Amino acid sequence: MKKNMIVAATAIFFIVMFIIMATIYNNKKDEELNRSSQESIEHLQRDYSPVKGPRDAKVTIVEFFDPACGTCSAFYPFVKQLMKDNPGKVNLVLRYLPLHQNSDVIVSILEAARLQNLFWLTLERAYETRELWIEHHVSRPEKLWKQLGGLGLDMNRLKEDIQSAEIARRVKLDIKDAKKLNVSKTPGFFVNGKPLLHFGYQQLQQLVESEVAAKY
Amino acid sequence: MTQDQIKTATQQGWGLIFLCWIIAMAALFGSLFFSEVMGLKPCVLCWWQRIFIYPLAVLFLVGLFPQKGGVDLSVVRYTMPLAVIGLGFAIYHYLVYSGFIPESLQPCSEELSCAKINLELMGFITIPMLSIFAYSAIITLLIMYQKRFHQ
Repeated sequence: MKKNMIVAATAIFFIVMFIIMATIYNNKKDEELNRSSQESIEHLQRDYSPVKGPRDAKVTIVEFFDPACGTCSAFYPFVKQLMKDNPGKVNLVLRYLPLHQNSDVIVSILEAARLQNLFWLTLERAYETRELWIEHHVSRPEKLWKQLGGLGLDMNRLKEDIQSAEIARRVKLDIKDAKKLNVSKTPGFFVNGKPLLHFGYQQLQQLVESEVAAKY
Repeated sequence: MTQDQIKTATQQGWGLIFLCWIIAMAALFGSLFFSEVMGLKPCVLCWWQRIFIYPLAVLFLVGLFPQKGGVDLSVVRYTMPLAVIGLGFAIYHYLVYSGFIPESLQPCSEELSCAKINLELMGFITIPMLSIFAYSAIITLLIMYQKRFHQ
């Protein structure tokens, strides 16, 4: 009988300790993420970063994304809805974080399309046709090319631009900024510099709404 | 042996197995903390060491409650093999960590290197070191147990 008690108490001790330690660790980590993103706030947005929505909105969502990432494409309509629900108050800044193989070429295409002011249309087309240009989690830029018709893109100029050193530099800088901000997965969201600590639609919505409430 | 001596020996033996169980539980929860809470992904060699320590947490618990009461004399038989094999993997992993065995000779996938040191507690305690400690402590306790109840 006594042995039962000792063993049961020990097992409970281990479980309770685990939960306490996990809670402490997670709280500390959240704090640290908040602090580190405050420290590296200048890495959140670059002058070339594509912006959707009103420039003077007081709430800015920064999203690190990979066009080949399924969750990013699933979140895109949701983020647009968030902007629609808070008209004039929220804008979206996109940053490149090409994690899939060959995705660096895909984001170069997007950046080159941005030079022709067709970034958002091209991005939406890329999201819509994702399944057609991704094979086994590897991006196939040559297959994306075939999907880009009818957008009004100057394809020759696009092909030239993606080779440019400036675009390569921007993509590299975005990747570097992501590292600085501890973003290792896509989509990685920040709202007014605050990282989305617990990933999910609802959590993002809450974070945006709390910022809107604070700023307006 | 007198009745009292037998009783004391039985208690001590139970205590040894209880200690083994605590070590296995600490390894179980500790490794889960590293992977599930801290997000350190276990490499292939870590998984092999987990494979041999997780069942020990269950087996020692079974050994603590033998059917006839007292102590389970066969507990060493069914736990020692797991502990020895696990120690083998732990030592191997330690050698990979410290560079005695080149990374290319061992079976890790590209993204998760077994040679990359992810964590150093107090500056020098690494995960394979903890693993070696846990396995060798269990083996030592089992040998003590075996000696005590061999007669």
